[in-house]
Amino acid sequence: MNIFGKLSLDAIPHDPVALAGVVFMFSAGIAALVALTYFKLWRWLWEEYLTSLDPKKIGIMYIVVAVLMLVRGMADAGMMRLQQAISVGDSFGYLSPEHFQQVFSAHGTIMIFFVAMPILFGLINLIMPLQIGARDVAFPFLNSVSFWLFAAGAGLINLSLVLGEFSTAGWLAYPPLSELQYSPGVGVDYWIWALQISGIGSLLSGVNFITTIFKMRAPGMTLMRMPIFVWTSLSSMVLVVFAFPILTATLSMLALDRTLGMHFFTTDLGGNVMMYVNLIWAWGHPEVYILVLPAFGIFSEIVPVFSQKRLFGYTSMVFATAGITFFSYLVWAHHFFTMGAGAKVNAFFGIMTMVIAIPTGVKIFNWLFTMFRGRIIFSSPMHWFLGFVVSFTIGGMSGVLLSIPGVDFELHNSLFLVAHFHNMIISGVLFGYFAGITYWFPKIFGFKLNENLGVYAFWCWIVGFFVAFMPLYILGMMGATRRLDHYDASMGWQGLFIVAGVGVCIIGLGVLFQVLQMYVSIRDRKKNIAGADPWNARTLEWSVPSPAPMYNFAHIPHVYGRDPLWARKQGIEHHEPPYTDIRMPKNSPLGLLLGLFGFLFGFGIIWHMYWLVPAAALGAIVCIVVRALDEHTEETISAAVVERIERANPSVTV
Amino acid sequence: MNRTETEHVRDTSLLGFWLFIMSDCLLFASLFATYAVLGHSYAGGPSASEIFSLPFVLLETLILLTSTLTCGLAVVALYKRNREQILGWLFVTGALGALFLALELHEFVTLIAEGHGFQASAFLSAFFTLVGTHGLHVSIGLLWMLFMMAQVYRTGLTNVTERHLMCLALFWHFLDIVWIFIFSFVYLLPIIV
Ligand code: HEM
Ligand SMILES: [Cu+2]
Repeated sequence: MNIFGKLSLDAIPHDPVALAGVVFMFSAGIAALVALTYFKLWRWLWEEYLTSLDPKKIGIMYIVVAVLMLVRGMADAGMMRLQQAISVGDSFGYLSPEHFQQVFSAHGTIMIFFVAMPILFGLINLIMPLQIGARDVAFPFLNSVSFWLFAAGAGLINLSLVLGEFSTAGWLAYPPLSELQYSPGVGVDYWIWALQISGIGSLLSGVNFITTIFKMRAPGMTLMRMPIFVWTSLSSMVLVVFAFPILTATLSMLALDRTLGMHFFTTDLGGNVMMYVNLIWAWGHPEVYILVLPAFGIFSEIVPVFSQKRLFGYTSMVFATAGITFFSYLVWAHHFFTMGAGAKVNAFFGIMTMVIAIPTGVKIFNWLFTMFRGRIIFSSPMHWFLGFVVSFTIGGMSGVLLSIPGVDFELHNSLFLVAHFHNMIISGVLFGYFAGITYWFPKIFGFKLNENLGVYAFWCWIVGFFVAFMPLYILGMMGATRRLDHYDASMGWQGLFIVAGVGVCIIGLGVLFQVLQMYVSIRDRKKNIAGADPWNARTLEWSVPSPAPMYNFAHIPHVYGRDPLWARKQGIEHHEPPYTDIRMPKNSPLGLLLGLFGFLFGFGIIWHMYWLVPAAALGAIVCIVVRALDEHTEETISAAVVERIERANPSVTV
Repeated sequence: MNRTETEHVRDTSLLGFWLFIMSDCLLFASLFATYAVLGHSYAGGPSASEIFSLPFVLLETLILLTSTLTCGLAVVALYKRNREQILGWLFVTGALGALFLALELHEFVTLIAEGHGFQASAFLSAFFTLVGTHGLHVSIGLLWMLFMMAQVYRTGLTNVTERHLMCLALFWHFLDIVWIFIFSFVYLLPIIV
């Protein structure tokens, strides 16, 4: 047996576009390594971040990786737009069909799993423990393992650029195309194992955060006093725990088909393709709510703060969240009305899909009523919110249109669908996360982001978004299907595709403003010191210094109502007992090692290096045993140190 | 740590582990659903009732059930804080688990040797995967049990070992319940119907 399995020098890509990507990635990587060495930052990186079990540090790492992946996802989007704008009639554009397929598969996969998911986990890590008055999450080490498994998945997906190829089967890899018979290369295997490994990380995060919310709340923080972001995180994590195992099972079965020659989804020997499609959407639909619910939570934090008013309809917000969580399990078949399940099944799923719009509408009205007669401050988070309301409503309506099975038969797999889900996911998920990052940035780093540049970025994004995606609704109705790398000139589509391309350029300008915003804000950070409570906010995270000390709260707060900080500012509660020792978890490199072994495990299967697979599994087991044998996983921060930190960084006192 | 703090940590671990088991339940549910759909796709090969031997599986089942009983007795010993008894019952549980696994492996090897391997039909792929996943869980349980025996022997009954033993027992009972489902739906049902 060859120790390199299927791997050989042929795996390095040959076509110029892909090669350019490889060269770019390598130069960026080497530049980063050189910079770290030159500025002697390795030790700092290792001690402060890579081995840290502090959820605030882990959260930052999640978001940094996500932002890098967002740039890659955007580059993919730009490549597709350029191809579709020029590949008409006799011109075939600059991408081969094969490469184009890899690009859209990578774009979808990266955006969902390696941009949206990690920003979500990052924000929950950063904010949720602070909001419930906890010092940490329930299982700090598991948290680090989750992050590193995610990083391992991200590593695999980027490696596919350099070694071998990526999947050409779309972001959900439907069989039979994704089966060995039609995709004999390693592309689909990269897809499977990148998702499988990071997915297990997500599952563990789900368990961790639910337990944290149920068991670590400060005294008095009853369930119905929790900030809505905590509620939506809880719902989202419940969906993770109930949906990701389905993904794990489905991916495993596809992997078994491909590596052990089984027949779950093959076209011969009794395999059933529709079983895959059902299973993947039984995970996939809850997944979109996993992403969007926390974004709703973020808006529910921002709107009251920037309207200087308490949230309208807290209880209905909680019930709407719970309703969406429940109904999101009963709609999956709307992704394949055309399967032929029959009118009755389609009617059920169509109606369920319309029903889920109701709690979503309740939320929109609650936000609007919160603003009603408030003292509205038009900060950049508020801009993201207003942009969201407008475009999310449009996306929601196109979704309700698609939920009518008859209409869906016409528009299935057309660009109308692509426009619909980008409408939801860019304005719902991405705008929500941008708003959240802007809002909580001062809490995380201690200084505010530049407001003007943030507002410019917003305007580019929203205008660019409409210019890029409204044409797709029209194209969809004109019959343009998704995933086209070429079309005939007589279709008359080119003009609209060019407009869409211009839209992406405007979005790109928005991203440029965001980069500039980051640069300017860091440059001027001394002028923008935030203090504990820069927004005159209402919830507990703003009661501690910015950035929050490693133990979050010197004294665990007592909570007497909703919006506890607001209550305290009204002079309802305050007391300051003497400082005491605080026990916090110690750093551990084992999470990183587990991620590394996860990476090698996947790599071994992808390239059929079968010796590597058990070796990596053994390595992982050793890590777990070493951790289990370690009896000194915590350290004490003495009262004196706590006092020094607290005196240096004022928290909110009244 | 004082007493309430210890209890809090234990409750937290147990809740976390319950959640994990719930998600594992969904993993099995997905595999069961797949088996339900593909369980009749024989692709011209044999059907379930033709290749499974019920007495053999009944033996496997009895062994696993007994191991659940002995695992329960280990927990009783844990409440009595009797270290020797804990070790003894864990050993019996582990031995029974290993026996179960050996029998399952024997069944698999026989099936493959007779030409009814996992590549033969969708039905057999689904069968091997469902039962094999359970077997994989039992193997992990056995490794964990071995580790816990070493821990109890080495450090005695600390808070940590106590917590881990509770989780292990939970896991073992869960695997038993999953097996009951496998036994009823995969082995028993095709023979009754
Ligand atoms: C930032 C601006 C974005 C642009 C310009 C963009 C553009 C595109 C384009 C051109 C396609 C291919 C359409 C076709 O099939 O012809 C596509 C597909 C897709 N996009 Fe985006 N996208 C953006 C952001 C996002 C985000 C934020 C997400 C998710 C979080 C996302 C998820 C997807 C998915 C899942 C697909 C389907 C891939 C497939 O067909 O397998 N996109 N996008
Ligand atoms: Cu859906």
